[in-house]
Amino acid sequence: MNAPVFNPLLPLRPALDHLDWLEAEAIYILREVAGQCSNPALLFSGGKDSIVLLRLAEKAFRPGRFPFPLLHIDTGHNYPEVIDFRDARACQLNERLIVRSVESSMSRGTVRLKSADESRNKHQSVTLLEAIEEFGFDACIGGARRDEEKARAKERIFSFRDEFGGWDPKNQRPELWNLLNARVHKGENIRAFPISNWTELDVWQYIEREGLALPSIYFAHVRPVIRRGSLLQPVTELTPARDGDVVEQLRVRFRTVGDITCTAPVESDADTVHKIIAETATTTVTERGATRLDDQASEAAMEQRKKEGYF
Amino acid sequence: MSAIEHIPEFGSPVDNGLLRFLTCGSVDDGKSTLIGRLLYDTKAILADTLHAIEKTSLRRGMEAVDLSLLTDGLQAEREQGITIDVAYRYCSTGRRKYIIADAPGHEQYTRNMVTAASTANLAIILIDARKGVLTQTRRHSYLAHLVGIPHLVVAVNKMDLVGYDRAVFERIRGDYLDFASQLGIEEVRFIPLSALNGDMLVDRGDNLDWYEGPTLIDILESAPVAHSESDERFRFPVQYVCRPQRADDPLLHDYRGFMGRVESGEIAVGNEVVALPSERRSRVKGIELGGRALQRAVAEQSVTLLLEDEIDISRGDMIVRGETKESALVTRRIEAMLCWLGECPLDAQRKYLIRQTTRDSRALLDGIAYRLDINSLQQVAAEGLGMNDIARVAFKLAQPLVVDRYAENRATGAFIVIDESNNNTVGAGMIL
Repeated sequence: MNAPVFNPLLPLRPALDHLDWLEAEAIYILREVAGQCSNPALLFSGGKDSIVLLRLAEKAFRPGRFPFPLLHIDTGHNYPEVIDFRDARACQLNERLIVRSVESSMSRGTVRLKSADESRNKHQSVTLLEAIEEFGFDACIGGARRDEEKARAKERIFSFRDEFGGWDPKNQRPELWNLLNARVHKGENIRAFPISNWTELDVWQYIEREGLALPSIYFAHVRPVIRRGSLLQPVTELTPARDGDVVEQLRVRFRTVGDITCTAPVESDADTVHKIIAETATTTVTERGATRLDDQASEAAMEQRKKEGYF
Repeated sequence: MSAIEHIPEFGSPVDNGLLRFLTCGSVDDGKSTLIGRLLYDTKAILADTLHAIEKTSLRRGMEAVDLSLLTDGLQAEREQGITIDVAYRYCSTGRRKYIIADAPGHEQYTRNMVTAASTANLAIILIDARKGVLTQTRRHSYLAHLVGIPHLVVAVNKMDLVGYDRAVFERIRGDYLDFASQLGIEEVRFIPLSALNGDMLVDRGDNLDWYEGPTLIDILESAPVAHSESDERFRFPVQYVCRPQRADDPLLHDYRGFMGRVESGEIAVGNEVVALPSERRSRVKGIELGGRALQRAVAEQSVTLLLEDEIDISRGDMIVRGETKESALVTRRIEAMLCWLGECPLDAQRKYLIRQTTRDSRALLDGIAYRLDINSLQQVAAEGLGMNDIARVAFKLAQPLVVDRYAENRATGAFIVIDESNNNTVGAGMIL
């Protein structure tokens, strides 16, 4: 194993470029989920990260069917373009899509909002845990990335969740080499993150390389918005303009797509994947910093949500 | 502070793949500052993050922005004043993508460092120029060597605090080489740095003119990636068998694809293969990646193999080449260096589960040859093992495993130990 001291002046010709490597690792992780777990599900929201997951699942399992259904936890506050895309993509792949909604949890009384306009984003956790119990899933595959947020930087690729769905940062399994441990007792489960090691830029480069279709709101379009601090609040039925608000028609795109009440677009002229990549490579604000109204609350907002069962 | 200057234009055809590296050091030797500086100079840190740490720096009464705050951890850690475990950071120079494993110092050091080192291809070992080679330097170096990291870079940091004195650097280099040769470490690079001022990280700076070697980023940009150096023998642990059995499609009716990742070596259509442990033989009929037919597959590619004969192969089997005598060892007993990770001590009476490649076997301890004192690096007699202990041990196995020596193949020579009562990963082993 004693390699000679390398010469910094010699050109390198790695067989795999960085996207090849990330793709191969993600396929490996998906196949480990399929090989180790008896009843997994893949979380698919219609967002770009989960769209990438579906392409990776095709590469991992075709010509076979996926060894898991797709699962979406719908807050009921999603952009219609994204929901339409979700349904069309599942249909095109001929895979089973299960949708469970926060509204059903509300009518069961397991989710109670503090006020009618409270964001439902964090309440997805309750509905997700209910779906896990209903179907007996022992693993959920998600599109989270370690570069997104501080509480994600220490996340395992196979993240252990106890019977209550909670993430205990002090009780995570050491993860060595590529030896992943998905063993759980009944009631516990694993959250598996095949694109843990990808950055936002990697995701966009992969979308371009694979020619993946995306919901239209990822591309620059004109939309009524209100400036709130450094963020843009879209004007929608759920988030109407209040008295005194100045509504502007701006050219914007979404960097992340989630619950309408907590996802903000950014000003942009990028109407193609190529232009988005150029913008991403030169942006000065983090993905969540530019777009998430829910992580602004405190330094530890994401860490707290994960402990409560968020993915 | 200046951003990296030689970044090629975006979309440039230069892609030198991905390098995983590890930084070892303790609280005071400037590790966080080094990582913070690398992230900042490669523009992995964006304005809002920088603004947040500027505010924190001011609040804590510091004059300059404290880049070490970039690697600050979780609320749970801040509350208890400890660092729980390895954090992963990402940066890219446009030519190469980096995954940095940031292992914390002191508490549970062995466990964290072995974890971080297991996937790294290069380690940066930090030494404080004022303090020189310390016990912890020896410990870090030993662990990096034990886990088989092929490239060691010793960064003598805080050169600004010793007046950028060349003699200090040379003396530390001499001291390090003395003990490195005792450990069997043969190849190591030395670089003088000031992470605080950014000297020799990305820019050369004006203070170290006597040093003519490459900057740290030059070393990182040119280090060979893992698969270009791995064992040349073909190793393909089967992860999953694809059998669509689609009655409506005659092409897929008899399709049987063996899915996995090439852990080392390469394979081409037409090659003869053997499945282990069964020793059934066949020949490669096809190689697929995402519906595309390939003529050959190389290390670290995830592919599907189609064979000419219908032989029985399932998850946990290993496919190797058939023409040559490069067969892996099929064994029911292994000797290994074991790092104990579990909070409960190793129990010699209990059966554990060993997972190696995609294969599992129950295992029973078959003796501890010695425990290694990580500070003195002496071998001492041991009855049992507790968390963070490292020992040479043997295990008897209920099922045969297909193994190589870890020193020759990290993927097929490594295993983890699982406690079935709670399914925790409690040990990490390297086969001798």
